[in-house]
Order: sequence, then structure tokens, then C-alpha cells
Amino acid sequence: MKVGKQTYFLDNKVYIQSAYSLAGPYESKGNFREYFDSVMEDDEWKCKSHEMAEIEMQRYVIGECLSRVNVNPMDCDVIMGGDLINQIVPTSFSARDFRTPFMGLYNACATFGEAMAIGSTLVNGDFEKVVCCTSSHYATAERQYRYPLELGTQPTPESQWTVTGSGAVLLSKKQGNYPLVKGYTIGRVVDFGLSDPNNMGGAMAPAASNTIVTHFRDTGRSPDYYDMIITGDLGRFGRETLHYLAKKEGYVLDNLNDCGSLMYSEAQKAGQGGSGAGCCSLVFAAYLYKKLIDGSLKKILFVPTGAMLSKDSALQGESIPGIAHAVVIEMED
Amino acid sequence: MEIFLGFVKAFAVGGLVCMIAQIFINKTKMTSARILVMFLLLGVFLEFVGAFKFIEEFAGAGITIPITGFGSTIVKGAQEGAKIGLFEAVTYGFRNMAGGLTAAIFFGFLFAIIFKSHSKKA
Amino acid sequence: MEDKQYMEYIHTHAQKSNHALTLVWAFLVGGFICCIGQAFRDIFEVALPNWDEGKIAALVSMTMIFLGSFLTAIGVYDKIGMHAGGGSIVPITGFANSVVSPAMEFNKEGIVLGMMAKMFVIAGPIIVAGTVSSVVTGLIYWIVELIK
Repeated sequence: MKVGKQTYFLDNKVYIQSAYSLAGPYESKGNFREYFDSVMEDDEWKCKSHEMAEIEMQRYVIGECLSRVNVNPMDCDVIMGGDLINQIVPTSFSARDFRTPFMGLYNACATFGEAMAIGSTLVNGDFEKVVCCTSSHYATAERQYRYPLELGTQPTPESQWTVTGSGAVLLSKKQGNYPLVKGYTIGRVVDFGLSDPNNMGGAMAPAASNTIVTHFRDTGRSPDYYDMIITGDLGRFGRETLHYLAKKEGYVLDNLNDCGSLMYSEAQKAGQGGSGAGCCSLVFAAYLYKKLIDGSLKKILFVPTGAMLSKDSALQGESIPGIAHAVVIEMED
Repeated sequence: MEIFLGFVKAFAVGGLVCMIAQIFINKTKMTSARILVMFLLLGVFLEFVGAFKFIEEFAGAGITIPITGFGSTIVKGAQEGAKIGLFEAVTYGFRNMAGGLTAAIFFGFLFAIIFKSHSKKA
Repeated sequence: MEDKQYMEYIHTHAQKSNHALTLVWAFLVGGFICCIGQAFRDIFEVALPNWDEGKIAALVSMTMIFLGSFLTAIGVYDKIGMHAGGGSIVPITGFANSVVSPAMEFNKEGIVLGMMAKMFVIAGPIIVAGTVSSVVTGLIYWIVELIK
């Protein structure tokens, strides 16, 4: 059911039946250390390359997410997801090990939001079970967007640390004490002209603000309808910027949080916090899902954010547009 | 004592050159490739206008160890070659780079075969 | 909201690096690396009395490049660089770092098309700039010689 300009509510119940998270070694020392389902001892994970490690991470996370609720991958209707590397190779290659139909998605770091929006729509229709999975890996993202790992560069204070980790969820029609995907607001690509690839938070905040404000205008809700509004990977500075932008539009987001800025502890000195396609899926599967199940969170607005850039677009002087999708997730009363 | 003073001068001038680079990095967000090219050209310029040898006399390794030294040897080579002929004029600069380039390429090859890259934090 | 207004907000509110501290680090590390170079120069001058100045200088560069390469290979140079910034980029060891690090990074794509081909993704501009300036200055000096 369409509400307003960009918001859709689902008529049928779409449950998040299962979630599984896998965190990298550096993340496992961060703020969510008690919540991760499993942890990698090192970031190569006995694979030949970091890219292969990322493939293995996704394969493992999807497998565990399904086996946790005794679902055979063959019984799933579709696996969908994405990552940041080249032609979303890690996700596509992890899917070749499952005999399940596959759809690859790309919305930079907002891919998880895109996957949940599309996945919940499918389950709202005729699909029974849909797996959504995204991942990111520090070493592969560095190579994709920045420099070789061993190059002695200095991280700027605005920069963020790409999260090594992966999270998967199983959306299904099966009833139970699970959180529900109630609806979503699909975001627009918003560009305020920022072109510093180190300041992704500032580039994505306008998109996040646009999506969140549109969501409230469409639904007529106010921010305090939700227990928590949690964005993907804006980082500390991006989060403050979003707060400022939303305030200008007349919405005071006091319950605003950000997966990226929560990821690492102060002592870890990771700049503005975590980023990457795996950042929000990891936090969702590890922390938010558990908090929803145990009842400490009832209604959340989950807003994965993404910055659209490639190495070449930055060199050609293009600015960095951002995107954000808002997903409404609630526990049944 | 003289040797010690030489070290102090090298430290001060070398440190200063690096500090100027850092100011550029902080102010303009230049990447390392741009910084290296810039300082190489600075070395070329200083040698070309004849200022380099005075700095070198004073600071020794303080100015030759930074990439400016590389730029200066190139110009020295060109100057030397120009006295012989046109072919030497355009190739002797590269000849003076040969030592550094050979070392960088050979060790790069060698170490890349033996070692693997790792994340900064793990 | 206007883009310009937003850019202004970003500029005024973005976290600034601790400039003074990065400068101190760059100064100390850069100065220290130059001192190592000075030490090698002094040693070689005593040990190889028959070598001319140019050869000694080249040998010092090559030794420093070896050190830079080795520290890169064992994963130390990037950690120095995190603090030192310009202090470890500008010395010749930083040039070695910019050659060795992509070589190590891309050797997974094979020796020929990976390592050898990508070795100069960062250091390439330096070699090009060096070669071009060598030719240009060489031509100028040659013309000057002709006129003389």
C-alpha cells in the first residue's frame, strides 16, 4: 500500500525469522563484542586472498542464518544481497555454493536496506523465504577505493574505517516471535556537491535526512513514534550533520543512532567510525535483531545509507551523491 | 663534534622538508603520489637554479634523502651529459636515476614474492 | 537548503586534524630517516674512499630504498606512516614504499599482470616527472652549451 510519495506499507506479515552475524577481528574488539554470533580470528580466514575471504564470509553467514532455523537453502526462493567489490563478486560467488535463485543488488553501503525493501515486498507477495545478505571487508575495500594496504598513508580525521563483517537475515511468512518488516521508504539519490572521498558522512547525511523527512511527511508520524532511528554508516560527524539537517526541516531526532559510529570504541581510534555495506547488516543481525526479540526495542526505523562513488568518478572531479532507504521494523504487540 | 653537528643539521633540514609536506597534506588533502611528484620537481628546480648545492653543503643527507635529492641527481646528470652531446644530454638524467630505480624495482619484485600485505589493524 | 550553505556548514563543523601534532610527527620521523641516511653516507665515505660523490649518493639511496622496502614488506612502514604522514612519504624510503606496497598488494593477480604491471600505480608519476624533467633540463643545458 502506497502512502505519500515514496513510502509503502506491506499488507501481509513479513517476519524476520532469523539473523546471523560474523565480525572481523578488529570489530570483535569494538562496542558490540558481546553480540556477534561469530568472530573471525584474522581477516584472511585461511583463504588465499581477502576477496576470497569475503566470499567465504558471506557463504558462512547465509549458511548459518538458515541452519539456525533448520531451513534448507534449497527451500529458499531467492538469495539477494550485495557488497562493494567490483561487480559485486563476493556476493555472486558466495551464491554459487547454494542451489538457490540469486539476485545481486548494488546501492553502495545502503544495499542492505535495498535488499530488505525488495525482499519484504517479495515475501508480501508470493515468495515464501528470502535471504538478504551484505558484507564488506576492510582489505578489499581499501584496494577497491583507496591504496594498497602497505602504503604508508595517514587517515584523515573525517575518514571512516571499513567494517570487516557480514550479516544475513531470513525474511519469511513463518509466524512466530519475530520482528516484522512493516514497510519502507525508498530514498532518492541526493547530492549536495561534496567531493571529498574522505568525508563520506557529510556526503550521505543529506540523503539520509531527505529519506527520513520524507518518511515522516508521508506517514504523518513523528520521530518519537520509533524507539530508535538508526542510520547505516554516517559516522559521528555524519550523524551530527543529519541531526542538524533534520532539525532545519522541523524534525528533532533525539533517538537518532548510527551503526557506524557505534561500531568501534573510543580507544580503537577508528576516525569517525565504521562504514561499508557490511556495517549496517552486521549491526542489525548482531545487535538490533536481538534487542527486538528480547523486547528492549519495539519499533525502529532502520536507515542504511550509501555513498555512490568509484575511484574514477572521484578522479574525474565528480561529487559524491548519497542514498538512503528507510525500513520500518516492529515487534508484534 | 663535527659529525654530530652534521647529524643535527640533517635532522633539522630533513625534518623541515617533511613538515612542509605535511602542511600540504593537511591543507590540500594531497595523496602521497602528488606529494612525491611535487617534491621531486622542487628538487629539480632547486638544482636547476643552483640553490641545491648550497643546501646540500649545509644539510647533507637532510636534503638528499628526501625525494628532492632524486630530482637533483637527475639535473646533475643532464648537466653532465649536455657537455658531451645531445644524446647524452637527454639520457644522462635517467642514468642517474638508475641506481634508485633498480633498487626499488628489484626489491619490490623480491619482497612481493616473499611477503603478503596485511591490514593496518587486525 | 542551498548547497552552498551546506558546504559552509561542512567546512565549519568538520573535525580538523590535530595540525600541530601531525607536524611534530612529520618533523621527527622525517629528520630521523635523514639522519640514518647521513650515517650511511659517513660510513660509505670512509669504507669506499675510491668512489666518487655521485656513486656514494646513489649507494646511500639504494640502501635507504632497501630499508624502506624491507620495512614495507614486514608490515612496519604503513604503521609508521599512519603517524608520520609526510615524514615517511617524502624521504626516498617513501618512494620505495610506494613501489613495494602495490607490488605486494597485487601479486594475488599473478606475477606478470598483477605484480609487475601494477608495481607503478603510485610511483609511476614520479618516474614520468623525473624522466620528463631530465629531458627538458638536458635540452636546455645542451642549448646553453651550443651557444657558449
